[in-house]
Amino acid sequence: MRFLPTAEQADFVRTLDRMLAAAGTPETARAWAAGEHGGGRRLWARLADAGLFALAVPEAYDGFGPRPVELALAFVELGRHAVPGPLAETVAAAALLDALPDPGPAEEWLPRVAAGRALLGLAAPEGGRALDADAADGVLLVSGERLLLAREHGPVEASLDPVRRLALPREDTAAVLATGPAVTAAAARAADRATLVTAAQALGVGLALLARTVEHVRRRHQFGVPVGSFQAVKHRLADTLIALEFARPLLHGAAVTGAGADVAAAKAACGEAAYRAARTALQLHGALGYTAEYDLSLWLTKARALRSAWGTPARCRARVLAETPV
Amino acid sequence: MDLDFTPEERLFRRQAREWLAAHVPAVPLPSLETAEGFAAHRAWERRLAADRWSVVSWPAAYGGRDATLVQWLVFEEEYHAAGAPGRVGQNGVSLLGPTLLEHGTEEQRDRVLPPMASGEVIWAQAWSEPEAGSDLASLRSTATRTDGGWLLCGQKTWSSRAAFADRAFGLFRSHPEAPRPHQGLTYLMFGLDAPGVTVRPIARLDGKPAFAELFLDDVFVPDADVVGAPGDGWRVAMSTAADERGLTLRSPGRFTASARRLAALWHARGGDADPAAADRVADALIGARAYQLAAYAGAARAAEGGAPRAGASSLTKVFWSELDIALHETALDLLGPLGEAAGGPWAEGWVFALAGPVYAGTNEIQRDIVAERLLGLPKGRRR
Repeated sequence: MRFLPTAEQADFVRTLDRMLAAAGTPETARAWAAGEHGGGRRLWARLADAGLFALAVPEAYDGFGPRPVELALAFVELGRHAVPGPLAETVAAAALLDALPDPGPAEEWLPRVAAGRALLGLAAPEGGRALDADAADGVLLVSGERLLLAREHGPVEASLDPVRRLALPREDTAAVLATGPAVTAAAARAADRATLVTAAQALGVGLALLARTVEHVRRRHQFGVPVGSFQAVKHRLADTLIALEFARPLLHGAAVTGAGADVAAAKAACGEAAYRAARTALQLHGALGYTAEYDLSLWLTKARALRSAWGTPARCRARVLAETPV
Repeated sequence: MDLDFTPEERLFRRQAREWLAAHVPAVPLPSLETAEGFAAHRAWERRLAADRWSVVSWPAAYGGRDATLVQWLVFEEEYHAAGAPGRVGQNGVSLLGPTLLEHGTEEQRDRVLPPMASGEVIWAQAWSEPEAGSDLASLRSTATRTDGGWLLCGQKTWSSRAAFADRAFGLFRSHPEAPRPHQGLTYLMFGLDAPGVTVRPIARLDGKPAFAELFLDDVFVPDADVVGAPGDGWRVAMSTAADERGLTLRSPGRFTASARRLAALWHARGGDADPAAADRVADALIGARAYQLAAYAGAARAAEGGAPRAGASSLTKVFWSELDIALHETALDLLGPLGEAAGGPWAEGWVFALAGPVYAGTNEIQRDIVAERLLGLPKGRRR
C-alpha cells in the first residue's frame, strides 16, 4: 500500500498550480461573474492542454481516463485558484455519457470535452438548476428515465457565489439523448463523480482561505504585535487546519475506492472544513473580509456554494450511515 | 496512490484475526482501573505475549514481530474490532519501549523489554508535577548524584496506572545550574516499591484509582537505569511524547471499531428515530475513517524515510481526543435514560475519553504547536 500521490501525480499538481498562479484567476473569475466568458474559455483551453479534461474521458474518445485520483488532485488546485466554470459538471457529464449503452452521444461530445472545446452543464437532480448554463455548449438533464440535452435555458439567477451563475435548462426544447433504466444508473455514476470532484474543489477553496488568512494575521499588527500571536486567533486557525488536514485523506480515499460511503464522507468533510475555513477567514480578516472588492470574497462565497452542491452535508451523512457496513 | 494491502499484510491480518477470534475473552474483563481488573489485564498481556502478539512492532529479539507501521495499524484494527481488552501495559509498550529502542543501551533493552512485553512488569509514567503540567519543563523533582547512581526527591502526580503498576519512568532535574528549563533534565526508571517511594492513588471522575501521586524521598536509582545521557532527558522524553500524542496512544483501529459499534447501536435503537443523532453517528464514522486514512498516508511517508512534519502529532492528538468524546457522548445519548447507568462499556469509555483533551499535553498546548510549527504563526507569551 502506498497511500500517497505518486511522483508523477505530484508533478502534475505542481504544474497546474504554477500555471494557475500565473494565470490571474481572480480577474478571470470576476469577468465570468459579469457574464464575460472569453477569459474563462481561454483558461479552460489551457487546462485542457495540461491534460485536465482528458482525465475524465476514456482513451476511446481521445482521453486517458477516467482517472478519479488525478481528477481529485487536480480539482483541489482548481479550488485553490478559484477557477470559474462548470468544471465538476463537465467532468461528471463525461462520466454520464460514457456510461450509456449507446456510444453515439459519447462519440459526439467526449473528444471535444477532452480537448477543452466543450463545456457541458449538468442539471442538479430532480429538476434542479444547472451551473453556468449560459456559458455551456449544452446542458445534460435527467428527467425520469430520459437523458436530455438542453441548448436553451431560463433566466440566469445569481448564486451566493457571484461567479457561479444558475439557470433552469429548458426541457421543452431539449433533445433526447437516451432513455431507459441505464440512464438512471449512468446518472448515479455521474453524480458520484460530481460529488468527488466538488469535494476536492471545496478542499482547495478551504486551503486557499486558510493560507490567505495565515498571511494576513502574520502581517496585520494590532496592540503592537501581529494579531497571529494571539492565542484565540492561533487556536481558531489550528482548528481550521485540523479539519482540512483530516478531510484530505478522505478525499484521496474516496478517489481510490470510489465507494459510495467514502465519496459521501469526503464531500461532507471537505464541505464542512472549507466552510469552517471561510468563517475563520472572514472573522480574522475583520471588515476587510466582508467586502466584495477584496479577492478573499471569491473563495468565501464559493465555500458556501460548494457545501450545498452535489451532496448537501445532510445527504452525505445519511449516505455514510446507510452504506457503511456494521 | 492506492489502498491495496500486500499479500504479507493480508496474511498478517488473517493471522491476527484468527488468533484474536480464538483467544479474546467472551466476557469482558473487569475495569483495568481496579485491582481485580488490573490483575486480569496483566494475565491477558501474558496470553498475548505467549504468542508474540503483545508488541508486534518491536524487534523479534524482544518478543515482537518486526511489524511495519502498516502491519501495526492492521493489528490494531483487528484487535479493536475483536473487542479485545484494554492494554494495561500501554505506557511501557508505547512510550518507554520505543524510547529504549532509540536511546537505551543494549543492556537496558535486554533487561527491561522482555518483562515489559510479557506484562510481568507494568510501567507507569511520572511526568507531571503539582506545579508542572502543560509547562512540563518547569518540573522541580530532583535527581542528585550519589555513588553509583542518583537520588530522586520530589513529587510526581497524575501518574497513570501507578496505583497498581510495578515501575515508573520520568524526568528529573539533575543539573539545576543549566541555563534553560529544558536543559539539565535526566530520564530515569525506578521501582514503585523502592525504598523512599510512596504511592497515593487518586480516584478519577468515576471513583476508580486510574492514576496516583508519587512522593519520592531519596529514592536510589542506579546508573544502569538512566535512559540516554544525564542532562539530555528532555530530548529523550520528547521522542516518546510525539509517539504518545500521535498514533500510538489511541490507534485508528480503536476508532474504526468504536464508530462501527456506535452505528450498530444506532441501528439497534430503531434507526431514524433521532435524526440529529444520525448526523453525529455519521460524523463518528467519517472521523474514524479520516483518522484511519491519515494514518495510512503517514505510514507511506514514514516507509519512504520522510520524517513526520514537526507538529503533525499535535494535529492528530487534537483530532482523536475530540472524536473520542463526541463518539461516546453520542452513544450515551442514544441509550436514552439508560445512558447514565455507569456499568456499560459506553459509560466507562466516556469517562476514559474525557481525559483525552487534557493528558499527553492539553489540546490548548497542541493547538499552539499546530499554529506555530505548522502554520508558522509567531510565538505568544510562553517561554
